Amino acid sequence: MADRFIEPDSPELRARWGGFAWTAENAEQAKVIVARYPAGRQRSAVMPLLDLAQRQVGAELNTQGWLPIPVMEYVAKYLDMPVIRVVEVATFYTMYNIAPIGRFHVQVCGTTPCMLRGSDDIMAACKGKGLKKGHTTADGLFTLTEVECMGNCASAPMVQINDDNYEDLTAADMERILDELAAGKQPKTGTQLPGRHTVEPAGALSNLTAMVDANYDYRGEW
Amino acid sequence: MSLQDKDRIFTNVYGFQPWNLKAAQARGDWDNTKALMERGQDAIIEEIKASGLRGRGGAGFPTGMKWSFMPKESKDGRPSFLVINADESEPGSCKDREIIRHDPHKLIEGALVAGYAMRARAAYIYIRGEYIREAETLFAAVQEAYDAGLIGKNACGSGYDFDVFVHRGAGAYICGEETAMIESLEGKKGQPRLKPPFPAGAGLYGCPTTVNNVESIAVAPTILRRGASWFSSFGRDNNKGTKLFQISGHVNRPCVVEEEMSIPFSELIEKHCGGIRGGRDNLLAVIPGGSSVPLVPAAEIWDAPMDFDGLKAVGSGLGTAAVIVMDKSTDIVRAIARLSYFYKHESCGQCTPCREGTGWMWRVMERLRTGDADVGEIDMLFNVTKQVEGHTICALGDAAAWPIQGLIKHFRPEIERRIAENVREAAE
Repeated sequence: MADRFIEPDSPELRARWGGFAWTAENAEQAKVIVARYPAGRQRSAVMPLLDLAQRQVGAELNTQGWLPIPVMEYVAKYLDMPVIRVVEVATFYTMYNIAPIGRFHVQVCGTTPCMLRGSDDIMAACKGKGLKKGHTTADGLFTLTEVECMGNCASAPMVQINDDNYEDLTAADMERILDELAAGKQPKTGTQLPGRHTVEPAGALSNLTAMVDANYDYRGEW
Repeated sequence: MSLQDKDRIFTNVYGFQPWNLKAAQARGDWDNTKALMERGQDAIIEEIKASGLRGRGGAGFPTGMKWSFMPKESKDGRPSFLVINADESEPGSCKDREIIRHDPHKLIEGALVAGYAMRARAAYIYIRGEYIREAETLFAAVQEAYDAGLIGKNACGSGYDFDVFVHRGAGAYICGEETAMIESLEGKKGQPRLKPPFPAGAGLYGCPTTVNNVESIAVAPTILRRGASWFSSFGRDNNKGTKLFQISGHVNRPCVVEEEMSIPFSELIEKHCGGIRGGRDNLLAVIPGGSSVPLVPAAEIWDAPMDFDGLKAVGSGLGTAAVIVMDKSTDIVRAIARLSYFYKHESCGQCTPCREGTGWMWRVMERLRTGDADVGEIDMLFNVTKQVEGHTICALGDAAAWPIQGLIKHFRPEIERRIAENVREAAE
């Protein structure tokens, strides 16, 4: 977690983001979020609110979104907590982007289960398309990151791009997905292996076969 | 004999059918939950104790006993909380994701029953931030349950008020540690707390709290419906029940599958995964319980029963039952070095042995990978892992140490070969 650097505060940053405030829709959403926690414990809402703020910034910039310092200050004020506590949270958790980012955040999982299934090839496919680890492409479209285990190990290798997962990848799949995104299309999410539904044994279902075609109720056999 | 479909708890684990309330009820969820609750709090806890259910999050602590640690009445007005650990981040683990996106009502019903049994006011489900679509499903499922009166005020018509809230994490493995999770829920950095006080005494907001894994909670209603003796009819003594196994790596068909505890490794792989890639003789080693447990060489794992005691006997552990299979094409030193990088990345930075040790161990592992090291450094590395292990607040230090210890124990000749080769190449 140490190799992350926060975008420095600057007059330009303040000029751009100093006036940040919730949109009408997010103001409602923020109230719903704070209500999940006991009265006086509104600080618990800092994580979901930072996520909400990051998404609002992203919607404005047409990127995945990030958290400029003035936006963190806004969240701190909203929750009546010291700014440094918000900055601590934003820098501790890796899903908060603390520097500008591209339209699509390509997060290739490189931990051992994905590595065993060929994540090196997926990384190479990204590099072949001009993406560079830790960098955003010149057109601002793609930011490439190698991430740690994303919990899709039975359908590895995988990549998460913004909110969607693409699993059971080959290098060709990865190239196609990047091409489709660049062309403004939405690629098929989930597993890319033809014939596979989710995480069942592909092509040779070994159990729960009755569930495939009907919402089978096994209670009659108990 | 292996598990039959009728005895599988998570019948929609593959998501062939919808997750919604109507479909879940047709499969048997939320079926007269009020009657389960009317058995009484102590009876529920006794039933779970009798079933032999051990925590499914890795440590394997008896679930019923954990629930019984919660106060029976609040002497000072503090409420109690149930926190459900859905921060599944252990490399290899991918079972809670399937429960949440395909069978969320099992979890929500379990939250009510377990929360009622431990006299909790509310449950917080802490789901890892990367499970974005899964969290959307969970939020929607919770809303369905509220709308149907199954949770909230007078949950299921039982007269008991119980709320279920979903809290998304934001990408920190350490928040899977129970006290780090509580810190994170309170809106802080996820750094583990010293114990004692234990969460059952002072946890979330200083109130009595129990933290349970998703799978432990989600199986509870089915255990109550079918009885402790049904659940304990599977698996060996002290290792009872059914379990979601997650097989990744070099098998022909990686998958998540619910099986009987104590199923032999060979049967699990042959029956559900189509065998080892390239056949049995091509198996090199297996990490049987997620990245934190030591690897086991092929010869020792083949007939081992997949349960807590069976894997302990071969020097490893069941962990989350995340089985990472490696065939002979694997660069075994790199595979473990990559795990060392994972722990370096995920160390929260609170305790010095872990913050400094994980980085140090990773750097040495990288040199061992290429052979750019001295033979004496193997023992030095082993000693350092021993100095990290047990000297930190939480178990992340241990988890970083064990895979390396397993590697050195079983694959020292391979490491020495690389060093010798490197020396020879340098001489040429």
